[in-house]
Amino acid sequence: MSEAERLLQEALAWKREGRKVAIATVVTTWGSSPRPVGSMLVVDDRGRMAGSVSGGCIEGAVVKEAQAVMEGAPPRLLDFGVTNEQAWEVGLACGGKVQVWVEALS
Amino acid sequence: MKVALAERLLAAREAGRRACLLRFLKTGEEALVIEGELVVGPDLPDGVLDAIERAHRRDRSTTIETAAGPVFLQVFNPPLRLIVVGAVHIAQALVPMAALTGYAVTVIDPRRGFATAERFPNVSLLDAWPDEAMESLAPDLRTAVVTLTHDPKLDDPALDVALRSEAFYIGALGSKRTHAARLERLRALGHAPEALARIHGPAGLDIGAESPAEIAVSVLAQMTQVLRKEG
Repeated sequence: MSEAERLLQEALAWKREGRKVAIATVVTTWGSSPRPVGSMLVVDDRGRMAGSVSGGCIEGAVVKEAQAVMEGAPPRLLDFGVTNEQAWEVGLACGGKVQVWVEALS
Repeated sequence: MKVALAERLLAAREAGRRACLLRFLKTGEEALVIEGELVVGPDLPDGVLDAIERAHRRDRSTTIETAAGPVFLQVFNPPLRLIVVGAVHIAQALVPMAALTGYAVTVIDPRRGFATAERFPNVSLLDAWPDEAMESLAPDLRTAVVTLTHDPKLDDPALDVALRSEAFYIGALGSKRTHAARLERLRALGHAPEALARIHGPAGLDIGAESPAEIAVSVLAQMTQVLRKEG
């Protein structure tokens, strides 16, 4: 079973436990981004996490958006990159750019 | 993502089928395509099914531009397979390395004492003759075949079947001279020169590998190169 399949399975298991769950997926990359397109991070409303969308540098910001999405916000596309001030703050030190799709599992 | 969609996707994968999960990044809509057929979601813009087929072949998820805005194609393929002919010393290094890289590995060797569970723990072992074993495994686009025995009686029948399959990588261990003789024999079996050119022989990237583990690294590196850069 691939990593993405394992993560989807995990997300479904958390959902069955009655948790709220969000899924973040890398949908585009430019330059030297640490994780390829299709990489996933799943999060629940107790802060449990599995998988990754970067080497750890943007996870915090993604989790924050994931919380909003699992509380009912529509899915959203997040941009991270060296030209983006927010990304500088969260520190995408590799110099790459990534777009991450964040959605609720509902 | 809808729970029902995720469940349907995982069920398709469990049944050994290829699935592609689509996200319409402009509208938030989603769709599921299984083996090239739309099973859930809105009608797909022109060109999307072709793009899905390419993404499956390259085993690479991607975002494409369509008439409906950007659409993210997330590919869920069956695992890569590696068929190793010859349960030899190099195979003992190659098999665990390939498993780490994501390959489901099968080792074929009809000789007694070679393909044993002690030498190859947690691997699928076949002691049938290579032609028979290869026919039953039916190599496809996601399969690599590597022959390691140096013995024409074992390697040739396996290569014969591999050449008639869509295997993305075919490698044969042996010196340049051994390989030239091998090509001559395979030509006599009716394989055209352009088909024979699919065989990487001697198998592996030229990194000066000497030990069995180093040779395994060079072979696995070449498989990866063909998969990721030529697919």
